[in-house]
Amino acid sequence: MSSPLALDVADLSKKYGDRMALSHANFEVPMGSICGFVGPNGSGKTTTIRMLLGLISPTTGSGHVLGESITQPEKYLPNVGAMIEGPAFYPALTGAQNLTVLAKLGGFDTNTIQGLLDLVDLGDRGNSKYKTYSLGMKQRLGIAAALLPKPKLLILDEPTNGLDPAGIQEVRALLRKLADNGTTVFVSSHLLSEIEMISDHLVMLRLGKVIFSGKTSELLAKQQPVIVAKPENRGDLEKLVKIAEAGGHSAKIIDESVHVTGTSDFSAKLNKAAFEAGITLESLTPVRASLEDTFFEMTGE
Amino acid sequence: MWNVFKAELTKLKRPSLSISTIAAVTFVTGLVTSLLFLLVDSPEGNGERGVRIGRDVLALPTGVSLSFSNAAGLLGIVALCIFAAQTAQEYTYGTLRNLLVRQPSRMKILLGKLGSMKLFAIAMVTLSAVLAVSLSYLFAGVKDISTGAWSTPDARSAVLRTFINVLIATIGYGIFGMILGLLFRSPISAISIGVIWNLIIEGLLSAFVTNIDKYFPGQLLSIVATGGNDRISYQYALFTSYGFLLAGLAIVAFLFKKRDVAN
Repeated sequence: MSSPLALDVADLSKKYGDRMALSHANFEVPMGSICGFVGPNGSGKTTTIRMLLGLISPTTGSGHVLGESITQPEKYLPNVGAMIEGPAFYPALTGAQNLTVLAKLGGFDTNTIQGLLDLVDLGDRGNSKYKTYSLGMKQRLGIAAALLPKPKLLILDEPTNGLDPAGIQEVRALLRKLADNGTTVFVSSHLLSEIEMISDHLVMLRLGKVIFSGKTSELLAKQQPVIVAKPENRGDLEKLVKIAEAGGHSAKIIDESVHVTGTSDFSAKLNKAAFEAGITLESLTPVRASLEDTFFEMTGE
Repeated sequence: MWNVFKAELTKLKRPSLSISTIAAVTFVTGLVTSLLFLLVDSPEGNGERGVRIGRDVLALPTGVSLSFSNAAGLLGIVALCIFAAQTAQEYTYGTLRNLLVRQPSRMKILLGKLGSMKLFAIAMVTLSAVLAVSLSYLFAGVKDISTGAWSTPDARSAVLRTFINVLIATIGYGIFGMILGLLFRSPISAISIGVIWNLIIEGLLSAFVTNIDKYFPGQLLSIVATGGNDRISYQYALFTSYGFLLAGLAIVAFLFKKRDVAN
């Protein structure tokens, strides 16, 4: 039996005038997973998130959030926390007051506010006005606001924008902790290395179309590993390419190295063949394709 | 809707808004009351558009609440600005999306907002009433105007009637501000268009075109505040002005419900 779904989108489209912002999107996000939502600017990520949150209506198609149709957001939004397109709060109110407004609006317990501010490291700045916050602090307040309903599903749009490396690490740890406790996290980010580190599922968009949806490990496994060989003498680059090709592997020169498609098993053979041909290798490194490499390859960016 | 009401009150209670509103209401009421009483002997008049309101009129039971009803137009402008800003700022700050995620029913958002702003308007009008009556006594003493009739049951009933009428007018101006806020989605645009419309367009046209004020909501709300006049009855002013406003509110509420929130 398949696991229950936090998000289930079928043939979802949104058209603005003549422009198709999202075209026949299909994807599923299992309950309890961390799903990365990636794509270049303008690929339709925020449009999708807005439709999932009932802020805009789809042109065609359907979607379900926590088992409820996106045409009835009142049924699932009490269990959803969200930060869309960065934090947005009232500048003249303090961080705590801003959270109070949202807690009262959603009928949530206002006694949890201090705990949430502590959680996002704003415990001592909760009584400062929002307009005095740095970008990173605003971002952390946005995450605290998203956690107000103790959500079953957390939707975050670029949550690490403006955060310093320590802040990014904290957010990563927080998301992992939430997922471990059963919260489904749907997170869009430009920081693909971050997404690769935390997400077990992935939805990839390009020009309004879903080009991949599934497990991150499955996507990365599809990518062929590469061995990067750098000869001591740059004049040996062409010779090295021929040696690799003679071994049945494709190879190309990138900068001052030869990139050979193949697993690390071929490294020793390549090293031996190069040595026998009188080529001294400065370095020989097996490289696993990163999400970033895969992303660029798939999106053609 | 009750949750929206409570959340909105948190925003309305912020010191910057409360203090500036108290200052504006105090200024408007003080200005109108002082002009009415201190210019009682001025040949240029002490009422709207040069009308002379003499000592005998001010000494009537209705004299104690006259400045209060005269201030209604300006109080209305204050309400218009507040309602417009509180509505339109949700778009400019981008906070509307937060509100709609926490309360997806857009009609509840609108009604909760309107309810909380009405409460704010009640506080504004109450402050203005207290100030107007207090200052009327003060300035009456300065200008030797008899206040004997001001403590009669007729005077108390006049104050209560004026309070209700000014409140209806002030909320009406506020609703006009809210309509503009929802329509223009920018506090600056909504406020400037509202103020220009009320003070300049309606004011100028009413001064130069006979009876055109019968069709202007702002002018009609001023007439509601004063309880009607010789040309336009209270009932006509009330039903026509609120007819315009409720029709406008229904249209923008429909747009608000259907429009995508894409900013």
